Amino acid sequence: MKSTDIKDPEYFHKVVDCQYACPAHTPVPHYIRLIAEGKYSEAYMVNWDSNVFPGVLGRTCDRPCEPACRRGRLDSEEPVAICRLKRVAADNKDDVKTLMPQAPFKPNGKKIALIGAGPASLTVARDLAPEGYEIHLFDEQKLGGGFMRSQIPSFRLPESVLNEEVNFILDLGIHTHFNKYVESLKEVLSKDYDAVFIGTGAPRGRDLPDMLGRWEAAANIHIGINWLGSVAFEHTSKIGKNVIILGGGNTAMDCCRTARRLGGENVKVIVRSPFSEMKASPWEKEDAQHEDIPIIDNHVPKSFVVENGVLKGMMFDRVFALIDENGKRKLVSKGEDEVFYAADDVLIAIGQENSFPWIERDLGVEFDNWEMPVVNEKTFASTHPKVFFGGDSAWGPKNVITAVAHGHQAAISIDLMCKQKNLLLERPSPFVNLVSQKMGIHEWSYDSEVVNDKRYLVPQADKKLTLSNRKKEVELGFDPFHGFKEAERCLNCDMQTVFSETKCIECDACMDVCPTACISFVDNEDEESDLRAKLKVPANNLSQDLYVSNTLPTKRVMVKDENVCLHCGLCAERCPTSAWDIQKFFYSVTKAGKGCH
Amino acid sequence: MSYIRPKFRHPELPKNKLGYSIDFYEGALSTLCAGCGHDSISAGVIQACYEMNIEPHRLAKLSGIGCSSKTPAYFLSNSHGFNSVHGRMPSVATGANLANRDLIYFGVSGDGDTASIGMGQFVHVIRRNLNMIYIVMNNGCYGLTKGQDSATADNGSKNKSGQINPFESIDLASLAIELGAEFVAQSFSGDKTQLIPLIKAAIKHPGFAFINVISPCVTFNNNVGSTKSYDYVREHLDATSTIDFVPEMKEITTNYEEGSSENIKMHDGSFLQLKKLAKDWDPMNRESVANAMMIAKLKGEILTGLLYMSPNTKDLHNTLETNDRALNSLSKKDLCPGSEILKTINSELR
Repeated sequence: MKSTDIKDPEYFHKVVDCQYACPAHTPVPHYIRLIAEGKYSEAYMVNWDSNVFPGVLGRTCDRPCEPACRRGRLDSEEPVAICRLKRVAADNKDDVKTLMPQAPFKPNGKKIALIGAGPASLTVARDLAPEGYEIHLFDEQKLGGGFMRSQIPSFRLPESVLNEEVNFILDLGIHTHFNKYVESLKEVLSKDYDAVFIGTGAPRGRDLPDMLGRWEAAANIHIGINWLGSVAFEHTSKIGKNVIILGGGNTAMDCCRTARRLGGENVKVIVRSPFSEMKASPWEKEDAQHEDIPIIDNHVPKSFVVENGVLKGMMFDRVFALIDENGKRKLVSKGEDEVFYAADDVLIAIGQENSFPWIERDLGVEFDNWEMPVVNEKTFASTHPKVFFGGDSAWGPKNVITAVAHGHQAAISIDLMCKQKNLLLERPSPFVNLVSQKMGIHEWSYDSEVVNDKRYLVPQADKKLTLSNRKKEVELGFDPFHGFKEAERCLNCDMQTVFSETKCIECDACMDVCPTACISFVDNEDEESDLRAKLKVPANNLSQDLYVSNTLPTKRVMVKDENVCLHCGLCAERCPTSAWDIQKFFYSVTKAGKGCH
Repeated sequence: MSYIRPKFRHPELPKNKLGYSIDFYEGALSTLCAGCGHDSISAGVIQACYEMNIEPHRLAKLSGIGCSSKTPAYFLSNSHGFNSVHGRMPSVATGANLANRDLIYFGVSGDGDTASIGMGQFVHVIRRNLNMIYIVMNNGCYGLTKGQDSATADNGSKNKSGQINPFESIDLASLAIELGAEFVAQSFSGDKTQLIPLIKAAIKHPGFAFINVISPCVTFNNNVGSTKSYDYVREHLDATSTIDFVPEMKEITTNYEEGSSENIKMHDGSFLQLKKLAKDWDPMNRESVANAMMIAKLKGEILTGLLYMSPNTKDLHNTLETNDRALNSLSKKDLCPGSEILKTINSELR
């Protein structure tokens, strides 16, 4: 196998599993260490720079980082509670406003329109405003935040937290046009904007339009996301006692929990697929069940039961999941009688889709067969030179952190476009740094000790209290002490083990001391699979790379399986010649205007 | 700050026949210098015992004084151990072995502990053929007292302060062969593929088994001009053979060129499979081994691998015709068989 090129920043980036999995590539271990040191404002700003909404994300993120966390691959261990640690930084920060760019900025003469005031547009606004762009932000609602406001219930995300972070951005001198539904892209383009960013999300909830009784009982059948929005903006304040929620995603979880707070006493989630295959995050399912909401799986809705124009309930067919010969999962009817569940109200939360009735099809913005815009995956540019897409509106519903990542990239493209640069070839490289952490023979500048603590649980407010008040936040967050304890569980995967073969005397000390048998000195093989098989413990996790050195004097190579490296630094401590060193790897996605020009 | 080994191990560590993964054979985290050859030998012992499915409580570690003699703390924490007086490990081993012949006695010593203060004990334990493994971690210097030349430092070897050793060295392996040891091997801490099968064979050998392991002292004897540095040893290694330890139940599948390979049957039916590299060397012939070692020495090379082995060995218990049971398993009835037996004995003496 060829030796590893550690000069390619993506190699070490991939070792930092959490950061690599994060769509915005937030430097997770870096801010977790800051939290452990009690430097909450600094930790917050590291997050703010990368993901723009630390307080929001610290409560509501889909946390792609956590399933990736190396700690979860250790024996009977769970990932570090990365998401809730982010909240510790947000909850305990001091005044951070002074650490942010201060408006007014020197105008650069360019004008940008952002359609939709959700996380993607707000990210574009934050990145471009300090560069002197005049930003015009349009939204049909009376406040910014988009789906963070309309879809995420207040008991998960208090309005004050959202307002604070939205206002950090609006205070950068953004021209807001709220309560303004944009009806025509043509009209927007006819104004003198240098670029238009479309971040209008996936606003249309899926319906069951053809189901028997759907329109007869329309008054008590609601589309989940519309209903949540209507609750958020206080147009709706109650619901029937018996409520059925159709669907198994996070929106369904938010719907059922909101229904519990609006008078729903007998709230059920009824989902087609098996429980284990539901799209909702495991913790959201747990939270729903904790609020006495049964989740009934393997039930396919068949019809609404309506008597005298009043909704009485729904009929379901009981099914089971079967894997067919093509490996596809099918739901097969058990052939039993349909079963009836009573309901005063039904919330349909079975997915959402994009919708662009306001974009004329003759403007040069191309759409594909599925009525989705054609968007470049790197630049977020549409086929119209001035129009960019991002967030859910680009490729369908994802989540806040993905929208933020899109916003950063679209902002870079808009900046390049306005400076008449090539959107692909002149994109800025990531900012990367690699520095030795050695302080002494057995001393590193980070806490190298691996603690054995199990994942700490986030405390919750009393259920009686939270169920009676829609705005009462359920999770209380870690206090600083438990925040510290949880932060200490982080393995510091950005503290990279860097090997220089010219210094190695092949004493085997690193191989012998490594607690997780990551390091092997073996004869090289042509095929990676052969090399993986012959290591001290065969490297069976193919998603994790091998770090292969150049050939050593004894004709062997050093091979490190990155899979379960604890970053404890023992290899470097036991190395007599400093052939191993622990070096802190910092990787940050360059934002618009910040690259070398 | 460390000296703390994390408790986590690789989640896919395989288990041996006893159901233990290799971490069950670990010891405390070493406090020897970073890069010490002794740590590699400790790792070799751990690996060998794990692979041989040794129950840790069936093994006793014995040592004297010195860097080498600290190592039993760093392997097999679940075994018995006795850190004895400087150079007196063989006496303690002899006593322990005579009392309880059922354990594996694993002696660890250094060049000072064996070739200087313990020389008298060393030669006598060989002469008595005590059933034990005796490993010398040989670095040619006194590491604990800051690197003075030891008795195994080669004549002409330069120490860290630039002084040339004017004295002849004691070649422990040659001495052992001369004294009639029936299992003699030599190895290098930086070559576990050779060292581990040798440790396994030594454990299987039913008499005194001696392994002299060149183990560089990174702190005091790894300089240019030293004959026990990593670089020098690697350049001057001359292995007698490659070696594989084959447990009895396993079928031998490797086929070497005719004439070049030899399978030495151990007393319990296991094999040592050798692929010979040295000419005119027969591991079962003491004279050819002495010759081969002399020739290697003249060429300035270090002969490693299995040097000599006699499968038909007679250990101290056999020579003394002791009871074939460990003393702690003898009951009062065994020890005081009664007046009838006493009468019989007395009548025999009349």
